[in-house]
Amino acid sequence: MRQLRLHFWRTAAPLAVGAVLLALWEIVVRAEGIPPYILPGPVLIGETLWTDGPSLMGSLLVTLRITLVALAAAAILGGAIALLFSLSRILALSLFPYAVILQVTPIVAIAPLIIIWVREPFLALLVCAWIVAFFPIVANTTVGLNSADRNLLALFRLYGASTGKTLRYLKLPTALPYFLAGLRISGGLALIGAVVAEFVAGTGGTETGLAFRILEAGYRLAIPRLFAALFLLSMTGIVIYLVLDFVSRLLLRHWHESAIAEEEE
Amino acid sequence: MRAVSKRFASGVTALDGIDLDIHRGEFLSLLGPSGCGKSTLLRIIAGLSEPSSGVCRLLLETDRAGKIPAGRIGFVFQDPTLMPWSTVVDNVLLPFRLAGLIGSGERKRAVAEIQAVGLAGFERAYPRQLSGGMRMRVSIARALVTEPDLLLLDEPFAALDEITRMALNDDLMRLWESRRPTVVFVTHSVFESVYLSTRLAVMTSRPGRIAAELPIDLPRPRQQALRTSPRYTALCVMVSEQLVRAMAPESAGSK
Repeated sequence: MRQLRLHFWRTAAPLAVGAVLLALWEIVVRAEGIPPYILPGPVLIGETLWTDGPSLMGSLLVTLRITLVALAAAAILGGAIALLFSLSRILALSLFPYAVILQVTPIVAIAPLIIIWVREPFLALLVCAWIVAFFPIVANTTVGLNSADRNLLALFRLYGASTGKTLRYLKLPTALPYFLAGLRISGGLALIGAVVAEFVAGTGGTETGLAFRILEAGYRLAIPRLFAALFLLSMTGIVIYLVLDFVSRLLLRHWHESAIAEEEE
Repeated sequence: MRAVSKRFASGVTALDGIDLDIHRGEFLSLLGPSGCGKSTLLRIIAGLSEPSSGVCRLLLETDRAGKIPAGRIGFVFQDPTLMPWSTVVDNVLLPFRLAGLIGSGERKRAVAEIQAVGLAGFERAYPRQLSGGMRMRVSIARALVTEPDLLLLDEPFAALDEITRMALNDDLMRLWESRRPTVVFVTHSVFESVYLSTRLAVMTSRPGRIAAELPIDLPRPRQQALRTSPRYTALCVMVSEQLVRAMAPESAGSK
């Protein structure tokens, strides 16, 4: 019974806060007579979302495609790089600093270069999003691969396990929660990377993503549409996070503390 | 094992000139205070650690390359050291999996071993669903599943409560009596070592040396009733005195 109530509040409380804030926003906008090109009310934004929805959705798909492909590439290449790092200490020591450099250099600063160098617009945006997204996966997975229980490692040695078997039955399972935590962070970062790259690329592409639509709406003072696009972008980020969180729980449900429901405690 | 010493890179001498014979089929306990190098000694016996000097030879059957085949030695750590992502049966199957042979025969062995440690019905459970004592039973089943000639146990019951510990003592006793592998059991409990062993080696700490070797000639099979018998009590008193004597130079030196 208590569990049920907790569950109820977990969804009801944030929703109530959101509803109150939206109502306040609408009231202030109407009472003060703030023009829509400065701050549109939630009702107007909702209407714009309805009327401009189809065309915005097309742009969303463009951005989403870049995000998801970049995330997949980050997961595969990031995992592979971490694996190489765990197998060769020299490789890890010599290359890890460069991964850090790539991470700490603001993507906005290098995006113009990438867009100049990579002619294909889709690929250029992909590279930008990938650079932002791959580091958390590399860093986390590397830690995970090196976190295997010392006694289990000794046991594997005692039973004459090969490097391959130690990797498969011990190091990879140990690293899985770390990898998934990295993936969840990277999901949001890939979206940010895609948006930043689109901002920099401007109209360079043949297809226009959601970020460019925001920029365009800003120039035209179509502020309600800007808000509508922003709303879609935030929703996309939330959905990506929820999906990755769900996948993570599904994979770890039997054994990892992070995936075990509170009710069991 | 002759004149085995172990010095760590930090300069600490963990073991100093250990001479020890381990006889086939005996239950030998290494008894000593924490930090006396018992675990280090056990790791050297298992081949997980190399002695800095001296030799440790195991007279087990070797393969053509002169190596002891995997699975002839079982090892139980102080922690259950299970893979949390695997079920009980998969944990017990690990030695076979690493050797690259898993068939119905091996699966039957694993299930039989889980039964032998009293965990029938828990084959599909995950370690986190089990209590500390049950996890340790899984760990013992894994060590026994290859029917090793030599079983090494490193303070396996130190983290368990007294009641669970006694129950596991009895189970270990029963398993040993029915199969008679050679056992080297590391502990810091006088009562446990006297109850279980056929022979006892008392160790001193810093540096680790063997202070005394004592045969424990209590009748077998040993059961709960033994714990209150006068002979058991007398032996415990004697072993405790040995242990105090073994530690005396250290406490004198630290003044």
